[in-house]
Amino acid sequence: MEVKELLGLRADNEIQLMELLEDVSCDSIYFHMHSYFLRHSFLSGPYTNDFANWAAIQLRDRVLGEKLAGVSISPDRGLDDVRIELIETIDKHLLQLMSIPSATPGSPFHFMSSQIVEIPLGIQVDDLPAFLEILKNVHSSSIYYHIFEARIRVRRGRNDFSSWFDECLGLKDLAAEIEKIDFYMYSLEDLRSEIGRLCRMELET
Amino acid sequence: MSEKNRSLGAYRDVCPPGTLDLIWSLAERLKGLSLLHVNSTRMGGGVSEILLRLIPMFEELGISARWEVMTGTPLFFTATKCMHNALQGDEKFPTAEMFEEYKDVNRRNVESIPLDADIAVIHDPQPAPYIEWKPAGARWLWRCHIDVSRPQKKVWYFLKDYVSRYDGAIFTLASFAQKLKIPQFLIYPSIDPLSDKNRELLPEQTAAVREKYGFPVDKPILLQVSRFDKFKDPLGVILAYKMVKKTTDCCLVLAGGGATDDPEGSEVLARVRSEAEADEDIFVLDLPPDANLTINALQRLAHVVIQKSVREGFGLTVAEAMWKGNPVIGGAVGGITTQIVYGLTGYTVNSVEGCAYRIRYLLNNPEAARRLGENAKEYTRTNFLITRHLIDYLSLLSLLLADKPG
Repeated sequence: MEVKELLGLRADNEIQLMELLEDVSCDSIYFHMHSYFLRHSFLSGPYTNDFANWAAIQLRDRVLGEKLAGVSISPDRGLDDVRIELIETIDKHLLQLMSIPSATPGSPFHFMSSQIVEIPLGIQVDDLPAFLEILKNVHSSSIYYHIFEARIRVRRGRNDFSSWFDECLGLKDLAAEIEKIDFYMYSLEDLRSEIGRLCRMELET
Repeated sequence: MSEKNRSLGAYRDVCPPGTLDLIWSLAERLKGLSLLHVNSTRMGGGVSEILLRLIPMFEELGISARWEVMTGTPLFFTATKCMHNALQGDEKFPTAEMFEEYKDVNRRNVESIPLDADIAVIHDPQPAPYIEWKPAGARWLWRCHIDVSRPQKKVWYFLKDYVSRYDGAIFTLASFAQKLKIPQFLIYPSIDPLSDKNRELLPEQTAAVREKYGFPVDKPILLQVSRFDKFKDPLGVILAYKMVKKTTDCCLVLAGGGATDDPEGSEVLARVRSEAEADEDIFVLDLPPDANLTINALQRLAHVVIQKSVREGFGLTVAEAMWKGNPVIGGAVGGITTQIVYGLTGYTVNSVEGCAYRIRYLLNNPEAARRLGENAKEYTRTNFLITRHLIDYLSLLSLLLADKPG
């Protein structure tokens, strides 16, 4: 589970956002690029990272919102690379503006970070049908952990489900299909459904 | 089954999948831990409602949880109300006499309350000075439930002297974070979906409440449930209702509960009554703190629920109304902006006119109102039920224990 921490740092405009992005920890960058998934497991919002949402909604700068939404995280690039891309994106965007967009009063960007408390759920499965059954009812934070934390923060390279299908069940195609999902385009509940669908297809073949 | 004896298993059908398994797994490593909560009222207000349910849950999980309530003098509660308002940005400032009473009452309370526990959670400014008596080796958290996004600095600096000595602070929203050298955590409040205030009711139970108060059956009901407090803007709600009434017939129910630590309530209630007395379609209900079933029924009778606060910590009444599938119109302040996703689970508004416009829209578009209400219920299920709150506390306790030196 994730314990959310408030850093007491706030940006009121695009320049402050850029400057604080230079200073905050990688954990904070990670949090704001991912927290959407834990907070919005049911409804989908406009973008899946907090910087893009803030720019589009609170700064009313939809162009920057779209550009920041395009910054992505992947297992093969470090969080400092992501930080640099975010800063460069804002910097280039600012060069094209005549004035600095500021947030609506009372809506600054508040930097946060988080710590993950890893909890063994004590649930064990040995085959695909059993996995599918558990997937239906497991807490969505477990899906988050095995997909997002495993790939980026724990740096296991790929999601835990694909690793297990490949290495323990020998289901290489299913593992590859799941790893091919663009995880950042789904809510956790949607991911639950999509992974379930791929597993059922595998069982039917 | 009484509310106090309800077991965690009863929540299986209302909380998101896997929630109870996660709770039991989290609690496994916390068994035997002693936990103390301290606040200033046992009845009325969101904090006591949450503690009333969380304490038995901790117990069921094997955590020895205690809830102590401090007692105070009228001057003490006037002082803390004044501090509360100042922390929410009010210009009034507590007098020197009030500050002295604040410290004295805390000193006297500490003498009668045992403070031994592995971890203590001290709620809001009233008992904040308890930190001076923190036992060695314990971990203490200050839990702030109020909107401190723009506090009056003098009062905040006074309080900060105490807060800075805690091992961590918990705030309700990111925007309430302060410049502090201690860790600051974010935990949203919650509602209990099985409490008398939120559980399913029979149609005859809601009908009985309609009949008791004489609400017309041929007019949609607008409802605001909140303490009679100027920050909840009940007078603004009456103005919005009057604007709507020009085009769309409806009635307005303003239902307020009292909290024992709020001495200003009767003054605001008198002004509301004076504004409402000439209109037979406005119903002002001064409800006792235990009128939970009545509030539940009112929220189920309502067509549109309003929470037009101008300052707000979180606004539990918003989550309560959302849980009942109501479209909610809330002031765009504090935690309301977190609960209401504009256009998806309700509407946030910034003025009386905006409030009136959205009421008119929802009354005239029942299909849109139904869709918002459905989304609101599911959003509340995921984010604002007490089971999620319990998970957040258990996760934080695990983290604190893992970080404990030695």
